[in-house]
Parts: sequence; structure tokens; C-alpha cells
Amino acid sequence: MGDYTKPLPHPNEVSQPFWDAAKRHELQIQRCNACGTYIFYPREACSECLAADLIWIPVSGRGQLYSYTIAQAPTHPAFTDDVPYVIAIIELEEGPHITTNLVGCPIEDVTIGMPVVAAFEDVSAEMTLVKFRPE
Amino acid sequence: MSIKGKAAISGFAEMAPQKGAGNITPLGIIANMAREAIADAGLEKSDIDGLLTGWALSDYSVLWPSVVADYLQIRPAYFNQVELGGASAAGMVWRAAAAIEAGMCNTVLCVVGDRRARARQMPPFPSIEAEFDAPYGLIAANPGYALIAQRHKYEYGTTAEQMAKVAVDQRKSACQNPSALFGNKEIDIDDVLNSRMIVDPLHLLEIVSPCTGGGAFIVTSTERAKDGPHNPVVLLGAGEAGGHSSITHARSLTTSLVKPAAEAAFHMAEVSPQDMDFVQPYDCYTITVIVTLEDAGFCEKGEGGRFVADHDLSYAGDFPCNTHGGQLSFGQPGLAGGMSHVIEGARQLMGRGEGRQVKDASIGYVNGNGGIMAEQCSLVLGV
Ligand SMILES: [Zn+2]
Repeated sequence: MGDYTKPLPHPNEVSQPFWDAAKRHELQIQRCNACGTYIFYPREACSECLAADLIWIPVSGRGQLYSYTIAQAPTHPAFTDDVPYVIAIIELEEGPHITTNLVGCPIEDVTIGMPVVAAFEDVSAEMTLVKFRPE
Repeated sequence: MSIKGKAAISGFAEMAPQKGAGNITPLGIIANMAREAIADAGLEKSDIDGLLTGWALSDYSVLWPSVVADYLQIRPAYFNQVELGGASAAGMVWRAAAAIEAGMCNTVLCVVGDRRARARQMPPFPSIEAEFDAPYGLIAANPGYALIAQRHKYEYGTTAEQMAKVAVDQRKSACQNPSALFGNKEIDIDDVLNSRMIVDPLHLLEIVSPCTGGGAFIVTSTERAKDGPHNPVVLLGAGEAGGHSSITHARSLTTSLVKPAAEAAFHMAEVSPQDMDFVQPYDCYTITVIVTLEDAGFCEKGEGGRFVADHDLSYAGDFPCNTHGGQLSFGQPGLAGGMSHVIEGARQLMGRGEGRQVKDASIGYVNGNGGIMAEQCSLVLGV
């Protein structure tokens, strides 16, 4: 895992809880205490009502494939050995959309709307990425 | 108060795109474009009292408007950078008109230039996209537009052949444009579908090619523009819309911000899409044109694929669309790619379209699009 060359997240104080949860193989997102909206990406204020009153909560990790592309050419040189790979947007059961890679699915079986579940990939000693696989 | 009819494009200049980096800097290109556009409008440098510009990826810095003003040695009474990505040039037109109408200045030089950027010269991504998109390979524009195209196919049954048709028809016009980077040879749908798949469902010939180039135009009051050598191209309507950065967090992948932008532009101009003699919609990808035509109201939502298949989009066709070839065939010289749609709109309305002139063109639609459908600016221009 020491030779991981793809872009890695650089968490800040706002996003650190998301990546800490991922490291424990848990998916957590934020929810607004004032209006109940589920929020992703991590923020300091609610994207709907702007209340600065957000809490982190574990979510199911389930969702469906909202859209995808199969990269037949690398979208960054570090992904060259992965071609073809699936870049996807998942619509979480709780509502928010999240960017990910769909893994564990033959390319010919990828379909919009398919049920998926979070699959955690430890890419370095410090960092775990949140990928998704067919449920 | 409205800026409808108050200001006009009175002249322009455009550099023929070059494939390589070229032996010229963005500022050198900007100076050439400024000199040529000022002359084209029948003006002197001293007539310019407003400046709108946009960043060059290959020479990225803060305070860019002052860098440009210094380089050109002009002293603007109104100046700024328009930071709307590919919509920047369209956004300059109404900003210039508004500044003129507000009495801040009389004549605005709008100018951009860029050279094919090397990777290390790219500006930083937004931090949220670097953190939550880039680790999964959602980097730059290609995969973002592929996500849109895939969802459009799913929701509306849009086909690969329909998307390819956009590139095919625009190429016909490019073959009448001596400046186009890819104007030597017509292509057919099989050529597009047989070109290399890059990010499924987008093939190589459905994707713009970055290059070196630049452009400029002059906006002044409609009254002043009448003193110039060309028919003033009057700004009749403008509309702008935004609201997302990463495409993952757009409110919809398939119904874009073109809708409110175009509605506002047509409302100001008090015309409808059906009144347009041509359209120049931003075309970083084939799918961009299909979504734009739907959301601007040229066809029903979801019918864009069938619409482009059923119409001849070439300059001589029943629905002239990107008569310079579009960026798909003209090339994408940074922000000058977006400017090419504004300039081609003005060129057609001035009757300077030469081999690709749309007959009797008197009113047209231009759209600028930035990021991943994130910045939209629609214009209605007329003579
Ligand atoms: Zn809230």
C-alpha cells in the first residue's frame, strides 16, 4: 500500500470525521439539527437553512447507482493500470449524492438504478476510500 | 430598467487555433487580439475605457485584469475578470452593456487568450472536488460530461448515433471555416462511433481538443456602434444561472441551468427560441449541445437526441448550429473557446460569415457554459 499514487483526500477539520468513520469502515454523513436535512459533502452550515448546527450520524451505506461512466482512458495518469474503471454517482438512501468507484461488478452488468452498498478500501495506512459494490 | 438594446458588439478579432503551445504567451495573444479588435471596430486604443478579461490557464495569477491593463497600457474606468469558465465571454457581453448603461464607461474591450496548458500549469481544483471527487478519478471535464450523457441516455433513450450527429453536422460547417483546427475533412456518424472510446459513452470525436488561441470583441453603446464600420450587433437579451460546482451535487444531471438562463434571455429580448435564425451553443461535448437545445426551449425536454437527428445543423441546414464548426471542430483555446460562440454569432449577424454565412441572419442565440454545466450565460443578439 506504500506505493499508492492516485490523488488522496486531504481532510480538514470539517471533513475529518467523515474519513475517520471511513477508516472504521463506517459511512457517516451530516444531518441538520434545525431542519433535518441530510448533508454531503461535509459543511459547517446546513445547505438548506444555513443553520450552523450539524451532527454526524451513521447512515445505512445503501443507495442506488444514479449515473456512471466507464473510463476507457485514464482520467489521471495514476489511474492508467485501472482502465477500464467505473466512476459513479451514488444516490444514498438518505438522499445525498456521492462520487465513488463502483467495484466488484463486471462492466457489462453496470446499470443505472442498481442497488449498491458501501465497500471500504484501505488505500494507505491513514486513508480509507468509500467505494460501492452491488448489494 | 433593462439593458435590452442598449449596447452592441461593434468589432471583433479571433486567432486561428493552433494545436501546439506555440511560440507566444497568453499576454502576447491578448495584445494581438486587442489591436485587431480595436481596429476592426474602427477605434483607437485611447477609445477603450473598459476592460473585461478572463484567466489564462497557462499563465494563472491573481489580479489578472491589472496584468492585462498594464500589458496593453490602457487605463480602464471599469475593469474586472469574468470568472465563469466557458461562460466567461458570454458573461462579458452583458456586463459590458450594464457598465455602459450605468455610465461607468463607454467602450469595453473583452479579451481572452490562452496557450495549450501543460499539466503542471493547471490552477488548483476546488478543494471539495479535490477531496471528494478526484480520489475516484472524477477529474476535469471528461468524466463529468460522461455522467451527464449516461443519465440522459437512461432517462430519455438518447442514442450514441444521435450524439454523434452533432459532431458530424458541425464538421460540415468547420470545413467552410479556414480557422478551424479540424476543418479539412467531413466525418460521418461511423467515424465518430469508431473513434476511440474515452469515457463511455463519449468517444474521442465527441470531445473538444485543447489548443492555443484567443479572441476579443468590443462592446459599446448601440448609438456609438452605429459610427463604426460594421452593422452593430445589438444585445437584445441576456440571462445567467449557476448553483453547483461538482456535477455530483448538481440538482439535476439532465435538466441544466441553461433553462433559467435562456428563459431570462428570451424574456428580456421578448422573442422565442423559434424566432432564431441560428444558434451558437457551447459544445465542449456532443451531449452539451443536446442538453442546451432542450433546456433553451428549441425542443421538448428529452427530445434533443431526436431533434439533432431530424435537423441539418450545418450552416446551410434548417437549424444552423455552431456555424464555425463548434469547439468540437474549431478547437478549445481556453476561454477563447467560449468566446468563439459569441464571435461567430456577431460574425453571422454582421454578414461576415463568408463561405458559411447563414442566409438573411438577423437574430441568433448564443450560450456560454462553464465547468460541468455549472455556469450558464445565454444571449440573444440581433441586427
Ligand atoms: Zn437545515
